[in-house]
Amino acid sequence: MVKVSCARPARLVRHISLATAFGLATAFLGLTPAEAAKTTLSLGMTVEPTGLDPTIAAPVAIGQVTWQNVFEGLVRIDESGKVQPQLAKSWQISPDGLTYTFKLQTGVSFHDGEAFDSAAAKFALDRARGADSVNPQKRFFASIASIDTPDPETLILHLSEPTGSLLYWLGWPASVMVAPNSAADDKTKPVGTGPFKFVNWAKGDKVEFEKNATYWNKAVSPKLDKVTFRFIADPQAQAAALKSGDVDAIPEFGAPELMSSFTDDAKLVTKIGNTELKVVAGMNNAAKPFSDKRVRQALMMAIDRKTVVDGAWSGLGTPIGSHYTPNDPGYIDLTDKLPYDPEKAKALLAEAGYPDGFTFTIKSPQMAYAPRSAQVMQAMLAEIGVTMNIEPTEFPAKWVQDVMKDRNYEMTIVAHAEPMDIDIYARDPYYFNYKNPAFNALMKKVQETTDPAAQAKIYGEAQTILAEDVPALYLFVMPKLGVWDRKLKGLWENEPIPSNVLSGVSWEE
Amino acid sequence: MLALVSRRLTGLLVTLLIVSLLIFAVMDLLPGDPASIMLGTSASPETLAALRHDLGLDQPLILRYGRWLAGVLMGNLGQSYTYGVPVAGLVVERLAVTLPLALLAIALSMLIAIPLGVLAASRRGGVADVVASVFSQIGIAVPAFWMALLLIVLFSTTLGLMPAGGFPGWSNGFWPALRALLMPAVALALPQAAVLTRVTRSAVLETLHEDFTRTALAKGLSARKVLWRHSVPNALVPIFTILGLQFTFLVAGAVLVENVFNLPGLGRLAYQALSQRDIVVMQDVILFFAALVIIMNFLVDLSYLAIDPRLRKEL
Repeated sequence: MVKVSCARPARLVRHISLATAFGLATAFLGLTPAEAAKTTLSLGMTVEPTGLDPTIAAPVAIGQVTWQNVFEGLVRIDESGKVQPQLAKSWQISPDGLTYTFKLQTGVSFHDGEAFDSAAAKFALDRARGADSVNPQKRFFASIASIDTPDPETLILHLSEPTGSLLYWLGWPASVMVAPNSAADDKTKPVGTGPFKFVNWAKGDKVEFEKNATYWNKAVSPKLDKVTFRFIADPQAQAAALKSGDVDAIPEFGAPELMSSFTDDAKLVTKIGNTELKVVAGMNNAAKPFSDKRVRQALMMAIDRKTVVDGAWSGLGTPIGSHYTPNDPGYIDLTDKLPYDPEKAKALLAEAGYPDGFTFTIKSPQMAYAPRSAQVMQAMLAEIGVTMNIEPTEFPAKWVQDVMKDRNYEMTIVAHAEPMDIDIYARDPYYFNYKNPAFNALMKKVQETTDPAAQAKIYGEAQTILAEDVPALYLFVMPKLGVWDRKLKGLWENEPIPSNVLSGVSWEE
Repeated sequence: MLALVSRRLTGLLVTLLIVSLLIFAVMDLLPGDPASIMLGTSASPETLAALRHDLGLDQPLILRYGRWLAGVLMGNLGQSYTYGVPVAGLVVERLAVTLPLALLAIALSMLIAIPLGVLAASRRGGVADVVASVFSQIGIAVPAFWMALLLIVLFSTTLGLMPAGGFPGWSNGFWPALRALLMPAVALALPQAAVLTRVTRSAVLETLHEDFTRTALAKGLSARKVLWRHSVPNALVPIFTILGLQFTFLVAGAVLVENVFNLPGLGRLAYQALSQRDIVVMQDVILFFAALVIIMNFLVDLSYLAIDPRLRKEL
């Protein structure tokens, strides 16, 4: 072995490490995180929207960035889930429920200067309901037979059948007003009538807005000059961004188990609200043994919802007994309808012809709540002799194909994000394969009335039917895990519709 | 020499063509329809059909492949389904993050590994050798994304010295951008450096046993000169081979590290495109990765010729 002296390389290593240390030190200096000025906001979101036009694609992240900030609707949905006037200042509904006459705001223009009037409103609605429309909620507009514009301030919708949810639907992100000249480019350069104007979208990173100086609604005066939506997928990265002050707020934080790590941070505040996301384990009601109501009821009674919430979502979340959330009008707590009772569950299973239980497979998407809930359920179902195999199923692509389109599954688990979507159980085809004429009749009845109180009562009956029939196991409503700077005011704590409404957000002195 | 290079180039092009066919076929086999993902769970069959037509998804497979290939050859990578912008622009934007990140990581790993490996080899069994051995064991065992989390906890959350993630963009100045890439590059570089240290050590050790080393020493050359003039240059072929291979792992590792540091790089683009079934973006990005790896191997092969004159004669 040749012995070689190494004075030179050793010195080299020393030089390199010195140089590296010096370089690092220089990099740190003078580059302290920017102080958030009082009129800017940096808001973190988990999912980056795919396109910025909520009228041509479904992902909720689109509305969470643009709805009420860039785009506005004829009406809007407020923080308590109620319909409020917006670009339509008032409306009249004919007694037969077939004619809606809207009076529009005057002096409103889009960010590029194009005027908003009844012609623009007709254009937006015709685009959404037209033959080649790709609006994800095209069904909302299905009952509109024709649209009249007698003058620039008046918009008249003639319906082919009464549609009691129409006003509510017109408040949705998918129903916002877009302009004839700019609609085609809204996907990448959204142009609306809202309090903020689109500035820039650095794809994969952030979307930037600035205040619309000529905003029509003088009753609302947005305090923020500049807003940045930043997209941070990883919960650990989200936590780090919050703690280091890189973002001011994350209205929907990604990981419940990390929420407690913010409680002793003097700079931050945590707010836990309700969303519209109903976590349900849907069953294929056309396949054995789930076609037997007693089996579905037995499975429901074998599951302690509280334990699911504890195990899957760190105890944050509200157990539900039907496909409905406490945010929604006419909510009734039905968790006692089929309460946790393994003994009764076993008896019911035996009665249905499965005294020794059975084996089935759940298709579980990769979102954290799904496999975690499935594992807790697996343990509880084992108690009554039922064996559940968990099959990971990529969401959205494979899940949409297998469950939604092919309906080739036994049980699945997914959070239904659309507000007030109890009517999915009346849709045919839909993945539950649930068929109940009495329920369908209720969904028809709710559209035949425009009186909110009467609607709430019908929704109550509908919830009760589902709680009894359990076409899906009703588990819990996802919490809205808000974490933001203590000095930040005006962010919504609940989420009656997926959104980040910023017109009322401001910094406290 | 020229014949060799042109033969290699032809092989490279044929490989790329086969890869493009494979990519297209695999993409078509993937379950999930981009149109139904875009329109969500409420869309009616007519709306779906309208969107599929808009996206050209209702055309036969062979026609779509032909269109794509022709487009790529003419420099038109097509339009992203989900973003609605040309893919070429997206890829260029993302390369401005991933390429500097990868180069910085390679540079860092060479800066650490080559001196450490040479030192360990020249002082076999000494302190430096033990340090190198411990370092490379840990470096190989610890995955890059875990290293990334540790760095964030230490330098961002606890010390508050570095940004926790995100990328300010090169337009906001060279330093802020470089600073954002520093921790991710370190996280990527350490596992690479661990492997490279081992390779360097054993490659240099091997040359120390060679006849030319003994001859050089016998001629009276100082040990230091022998090491840097004769041993290290002769150890470069295996080092370069590993560097070329590591480049592939670097690209794969970047997907995870870009996620942890929230960097808008090519890896994240590929991941997002896959989950959204943004097939055009997927095809382009995978083809790009494949091309990068193939070209990298080609360059490594060429570098052998530059390093070792003996190889030039053989070929």
